[in-house]
Amino acid sequence: MSSLFQLDKATVRYGSADVLSSVSLSFEAGAFIAIAGPNGAGKSTLLSLLAGLLAPSSGTCHFEGRDAHRWPRREFARRVAVVQQAEPAVFPFTAEEVVCMGRMPHRTGMYESAEDHAASARALAATGMTAFADRQYSTLSGGEKQRILLASALAQAPEVLLLDEPASHLDLQHQVELHQLLRDLSRNGLLVVAVTHDLNLAAAYANRLLLLHQGSVRADGAPSEVLRTALLAEVFQVRVELHHRPSGQPWLVYGE
Amino acid sequence: MENKSVRRVLALLFSVVAMVVSGLVAILAGSHHLNLLRALHGVSPDHEILIELRLPRALLALWAGGALSLSGVLFQALLRNPLATPDTLGVSSGAALGAVLALFAGWGGSGGLSGASIAACVGAGMVLLLVVAVSSDRGKISSTGLILAGITINIICGAAIVFLSSMVGFLKSFAVTRWLMGGLDAPEYSTLLGLTVLLTPVVLVVFWHGREWNVLAVGDTWAATRGLSTTRLLVIGCVAGSIMTGAVTALTGPIGFVGLIIPHALRLWLGADHRILMPCSFLLGGAFVALCDVFARTLLAPVEIPVGVITALLGGPFFIWMLRSRRAGIRL
Repeated sequence: MSSLFQLDKATVRYGSADVLSSVSLSFEAGAFIAIAGPNGAGKSTLLSLLAGLLAPSSGTCHFEGRDAHRWPRREFARRVAVVQQAEPAVFPFTAEEVVCMGRMPHRTGMYESAEDHAASARALAATGMTAFADRQYSTLSGGEKQRILLASALAQAPEVLLLDEPASHLDLQHQVELHQLLRDLSRNGLLVVAVTHDLNLAAAYANRLLLLHQGSVRADGAPSEVLRTALLAEVFQVRVELHHRPSGQPWLVYGE
Repeated sequence: MENKSVRRVLALLFSVVAMVVSGLVAILAGSHHLNLLRALHGVSPDHEILIELRLPRALLALWAGGALSLSGVLFQALLRNPLATPDTLGVSSGAALGAVLALFAGWGGSGGLSGASIAACVGAGMVLLLVVAVSSDRGKISSTGLILAGITINIICGAAIVFLSSMVGFLKSFAVTRWLMGGLDAPEYSTLLGLTVLLTPVVLVVFWHGREWNVLAVGDTWAATRGLSTTRLLVIGCVAGSIMTGAVTALTGPIGFVGLIIPHALRLWLGADHRILMPCSFLLGGAFVALCDVFARTLLAPVEIPVGVITALLGGPFFIWMLRSRRAGIRL
């Protein structure tokens, strides 16, 4: 399969410090890729690069053969959706209105079409948020907000879903449901790239794990190949025990 | 869904009716009891009072209130801050300084697009750029910074205007002081026509981008990842806001707090969708200023209070309530 994203020695520099240094990667459709690494490893920067929000200081980040940041924004947004960490809500938009904003790149007029509302309703259903549609977004809990933001991205009907710690405010049930949903989406042909801190969930659901450390890719491959105690201890500076689930998936225990 | 559409149509209808009624009240109320029938049949003096005084003044009040209120909603969306208005940002003061400069330099003239109007629009735009530049830090604009920058620019522009007034004769200076309190005097019809020609396209462009303002009001990155050019929208918004504030301020002087009260009250009622919020703010902003002007003319008749005094006396306490209110959702 041809790759959607192709990074070639992509480097991002703030001042004199490399936040991301010479990263070369390629991402194909139908994959669920988890990006892990300690704070400041460059995970969010990599995501911004893929989202075309940032131009690499050197090297390239191509989406379908063209620099991601040079794509016409609207055309790009029809194919790539981004779920960022919760936006502060200043104005009293309803949850449904926030989800409907995902239809912006498909806009045909000043008001949403019946198709737009149908897409929003499907996205709300997929994230289990239908009952919250008329609630004011700012009154929702952190986890509910995150699910609304995901619904907004799904309403965008993208080929690529980029997520920055989409589970950080979710309870256990919703963490699992979110990962199941992302896996199902990738099986249906979407490229899903998610920054995460939960290596166990990543191991259980993602089919590729990218370990970033100090701006470089330290390991890249199937979770069972990447999750090695010595490597994790070095990268995260914490003691790690590696166990296995009955299914054979790795299961990590951190700390003393 | 059905419910929402019905509520919107009702809100729009209510706003139109409120604006028309306020316009009529503004025409009928006053020290001289106007008989509309006699006035329409050309009977003196009712005819002259209607055509030369009350009607142009009411129309100016409607335009002024509408444009200032719409500017408020627009600035609030652009800066993602419910406290952003032409006055709190200092944009009105910038417009006033521009107009006063033009007045003293003798660039004035009559007609809608006088030197004062252009200078006021330019002054408004320059202040807007300055305030945003001063209060932003790496792309993030802080509420506190915005308000402090606005206050500072208000003071500086005020001082500059007083300085200019001191340099000219007493009469000119008195006229400026009176104008600075925000007063509505019956304008020439040519002036009203000029204002209408200038502002109608601007207002329509702002309405037309309602869906974009919604997305931009959530966040910059949010808008960019939904396919919008945030730079283009910021430019459109700033230019439109400067023209609306400038053109009105040049004719009326600064009329404060309209862009704060009306949008905020409407948000509590209608929610945040700019496609309904903006037209209703425009219509009800006009109604509000027209009614305030009725008070201004009748409260101490025959003495006239500048309408800016009335809006400030109503709006000041409202602003303080907003600062203290949890419901207004303001985080400084």
